[in-house]
Amino acid sequence: MGELKLPAIDYGALAPMLILFGVACAGVLVEVLVPRRLRNVVQLSLALLGVVAALTVLIVNRNLRIVTIGGAVAFDGPTIFLQGAILVLGGVSLLLIGERSVEAGGAFVAQAAVVVGSDRDGKQSTGQPGLTEVYPLAAFALGGMLLFVAANDLLTMFVALEVFSLPLYLMCALARRRRLLSQEAALKYFLLGSYASAFFLFGVALLYGYAGGVQLSVVHDAVANPQHSQLLLYGGLGLVAIGLLFKSALAPFHVWTPDVYQGAPTPITAFMAACTKVAAFGALLRVLYVAFEGVRWDFQPVLGTVAVLTMFVGSILAVTQTDMKRLLAYSSIANAGYLMVGVLALNDSGLSSTMLYLVAYGFSVLGAFAIVSLVRDSDGEATHLSRWAGIGRKSPLLAGVFTLILLAFAGIPLTSGFTAKFAVFGAAIEGGQTWLVIFGVISSMLIAFPYLRVVVLMWQSEPGESTPAVSIPGFLTSAALGLGVLVTIALGVFPAPLIDLTREASQFVR
Amino acid sequence: MEQVDYAPATGVLSSIWLLVAIPLASAAILLLLGRRADKWGHWLGVLAVAASFVLGLIFFIKLGGLDAEHRSAQLSLFDFIDVGSLKVDFGLLFDPLSGVFVLLITGVGSLIHLYAVGYMEHDADRRRFFAYFNLFVAAMLLLVLGNNYVMLYFGWEGVGVASYLLISFWYTRPSAATAGKKAFLMNRVGDAGLAVGVFLMFTTVGSTQYDKVFSSVGGMSATVVLVMGLLLLLGAAGKSGQFPLQAWLPDAMEGPTPVSALIHAATMVTAGVYLIARSNPIFTANETLQLVVVSVGALTLLIGCVIGAAKDDIKRVLAWSTVSQIGYMFLCVGLGGAAYALAIVHLLAHGFFKANMFLGAGSVMHGMHDQVDIRRFGALAKPMRITWITFATGWLAIIGIPPLSGFFSKEPIIAAAFERESTWQAWTFGMAALIGAGLTAFYMTRLFVLTFHGPARWTEDNQHPHESPKIMTIPLILLAIGSVGAGYLMSTTVPDWLNPVFGEEQAEATGVLSHTVITILSILVTLIGAGLAWALFRRGTALAPEPAGIVVTAARRNLYTDAFNEAVFERPGIYLTRALVYLDNKGVDGLVNGLAAGVGGGSGRLRRLQTGFVRSYALSMLTGAMLVVGAFLAIQLGWLA
Repeated sequence: MGELKLPAIDYGALAPMLILFGVACAGVLVEVLVPRRLRNVVQLSLALLGVVAALTVLIVNRNLRIVTIGGAVAFDGPTIFLQGAILVLGGVSLLLIGERSVEAGGAFVAQAAVVVGSDRDGKQSTGQPGLTEVYPLAAFALGGMLLFVAANDLLTMFVALEVFSLPLYLMCALARRRRLLSQEAALKYFLLGSYASAFFLFGVALLYGYAGGVQLSVVHDAVANPQHSQLLLYGGLGLVAIGLLFKSALAPFHVWTPDVYQGAPTPITAFMAACTKVAAFGALLRVLYVAFEGVRWDFQPVLGTVAVLTMFVGSILAVTQTDMKRLLAYSSIANAGYLMVGVLALNDSGLSSTMLYLVAYGFSVLGAFAIVSLVRDSDGEATHLSRWAGIGRKSPLLAGVFTLILLAFAGIPLTSGFTAKFAVFGAAIEGGQTWLVIFGVISSMLIAFPYLRVVVLMWQSEPGESTPAVSIPGFLTSAALGLGVLVTIALGVFPAPLIDLTREASQFVR
Repeated sequence: MEQVDYAPATGVLSSIWLLVAIPLASAAILLLLGRRADKWGHWLGVLAVAASFVLGLIFFIKLGGLDAEHRSAQLSLFDFIDVGSLKVDFGLLFDPLSGVFVLLITGVGSLIHLYAVGYMEHDADRRRFFAYFNLFVAAMLLLVLGNNYVMLYFGWEGVGVASYLLISFWYTRPSAATAGKKAFLMNRVGDAGLAVGVFLMFTTVGSTQYDKVFSSVGGMSATVVLVMGLLLLLGAAGKSGQFPLQAWLPDAMEGPTPVSALIHAATMVTAGVYLIARSNPIFTANETLQLVVVSVGALTLLIGCVIGAAKDDIKRVLAWSTVSQIGYMFLCVGLGGAAYALAIVHLLAHGFFKANMFLGAGSVMHGMHDQVDIRRFGALAKPMRITWITFATGWLAIIGIPPLSGFFSKEPIIAAAFERESTWQAWTFGMAALIGAGLTAFYMTRLFVLTFHGPARWTEDNQHPHESPKIMTIPLILLAIGSVGAGYLMSTTVPDWLNPVFGEEQAEATGVLSHTVITILSILVTLIGAGLAWALFRRGTALAPEPAGIVVTAARRNLYTDAFNEAVFERPGIYLTRALVYLDNKGVDGLVNGLAAGVGGGSGRLRRLQTGFVRSYALSMLTGAMLVVGAFLAIQLGWLA
């Protein structure tokens, strides 16, 4: 038995994750020790402080490039950028999660374990303060996401996948209103997520058999000098990809998205749409660029087909939707398709443009869901499209902001949506994937229609009896919304600084 | 291919960005202030466009003062995107071509804005209308002022959005909503072409700056030039309502009349002509490309004339005539060489007389309770003196009676078509243009006579025709003066003015017919067409369309192009969507159940809404997984074999 040797650990590189996991554990203690009426403030401040601290450490270490703890974690340009993006978007999501003034008690149920429809459920449905466990859960999820985009071997990646997925499943079930829908969404997400994880794990096993290791660099070397059957490689690549395609909501692994987005509490939907997307695509980028670069010609057509399918499923089905959250869900599916076009460019611009897109889309979608949480009646959020008719007459400012966000989704110039689409399509052409761009342009033309239809609905229709009042956003929601809009405009008009940042960050270490 | 260079903007010209900024700021103010601006909002809108016009005039004169070599001003505001090989400048270019467009847009735009103050007086949402209107003007100015294709695309999308909002302005009419949708979708087809074309420029040239692209056309292969040109042409055809994307334009008339006059007659629909004229080095570089453009133009101009002759709705007749007149412009830009300038002259002249007639039609509708059927007009010359006289100038101008503007702009186009090098082409396109002139005379005379002359087909009981207020007639008078005088002035000055853009005029080519013969012929067919229509319709017509022969029936049904679109695009699209919805299990929810859920609320009801089973989702994932892995393995096995 040889001496057990500790691998070298660079705590600077791990610090952001450690901080968030620490905050999450502290949050669990807060639940026990702090009186109920103070918990919300304490938890929110704690979580936000954790995010800020993690971000600070990240910025301090921005020039660090290292592979640490035995090759499990890679701390490189993309890691720093994506972790930063997750932290910033996560911080904004926390603002939405923390909002308590729009609905009495907040968007979360007071006690999730109470049976739906029982007497106690009736009592807690109005007024009782929402549960605060959501903050530690969010912190765990954020920590897992940070690890997910930094994971340099497939097993660490799998662990990270589970670490951020499990809290998400729980958070989906915590809606104050329409609890059955929320619980059903959570269960579906959990079942299908586990199913997809199994694919991922099986793929890891096959790749281990092929390469004799799970580190991405080992797989890369094995691809360059094949020793074993190529069937193992392609089987493994396919299965690992499926696990990641599921989290990224790419067709045909997108089926959970509309149900879950609709059922989950809106702040959690926003969190998933913004942060999960960054994490999932971050991991996808790393796996494809670092481990499988050598077989790019083989996976490009397959994943390209997936991208085209996704873009069209998302854009065509978005046209038939009549529920705002489902519409945004399909829009997020279509956007996953555009992101995939950027990923498949498989060059430096592909990497940088995808990262740009993730940030641009993340901020816009946070803004969009923030607005969804404000349009409500006595039954909670009024998400049916017919209820949005004439909102522009009642609250022009809010409708104007939402119009801007929708125009950004539609890729209309001078918004972040145009810059981002332009960047990924440009990168794909540079990478020789013109066919993807042609389909991408056609699909983005299609999906502009449902967006603009909503714009017309809001501005051109008379408000009816049933048009809900728009709640006055609390400070937290206003801040989140303001940030979302600001970034959407800034990236549309003056995107150069962020583009520079993504380009500087576009080198993986191996 | 010669080098294309633009001089940097200096002095006064470095503030050309104000042209776009002023209407944009006004639109923002009107939208943000909301009801508070209801009282004076429309005047702000008019003022903003007028201010842009004055500025445009100053810049134009300044530009004229520069020597011809350096008669352009390029202004780079900031680097929009500047990363590695990707560089897009947020820049403007004020040169003779964009200069005349700026004057057209803001000049005719100011008059139409003024008119709209009166026309929209009784509309509760007049302020919002002016906000969109200003937004449109800003986007249109950006379109013509950009110094690269991305900026052009910005404006292109902007006018698309603004016109969608304006067409559906009267949302309560289902037909307006449908028309907005149709215009939007057909435009998107064109936009997709333009977008891909711009990306193609990136890959081949590495830039979209006009000067860089045009300077490197010489180094491109013929195929690349052809494909690039066809993509641009697709974009142009979508925006300008040219074959095969012409069907949206007449339907767009559902919007308020000032919209039809500004967007669908004078400015936005001519954006396609601008695009091709601006891209003249690309189009000139490939003969096949030019032939395609000429053919599209010739075909569209004939389609427009034939359908226009069969319509009874006053605005639709004018709309089809717009389609047909833009067909002339396309034909002309396709001819290349000196004809580019002729197309621009016709475009400007058309901007005047068509806006004049649209506003005239609006004035007639204003006095006739929004009646649009020309079969129910007649004898309106007396109660509407000013409208009658101004409309008459527009009518004489469009059919090309000398010395009105249409004669000086259209006759050279016909002559140029006869000057094609290949004999069969000269005859084909020349005859198309000539026959088009005859048909134009016929249907425009029909429109004019049925509206203003012959017996009254309305009764005093329900109609009280009256002249419109001054705020509407003054723009009409000014536009009428333009329709009368502008043609002669422009036909001599504009081509010289545009020389720096299109190159020096080449030596006079000799066509299959001499110029004098063509002039005589074109006046002759015009007189025949007009005379025939006058003779047929001076005694009025039946109140409803009568059964007619194959040709007229086909023309009444838009030559079956709608049916064609429905069969080829709409139905497969619907089936595809249905199939996808079916596969998706749940997509249908909203259509039936969603409404109930929205009204009823309650979790029990919503639970029933949730019909998507996890098992079917899992099955779909498994199928997908098998396909993905199967595809990988297939590639692998294929590789081994």
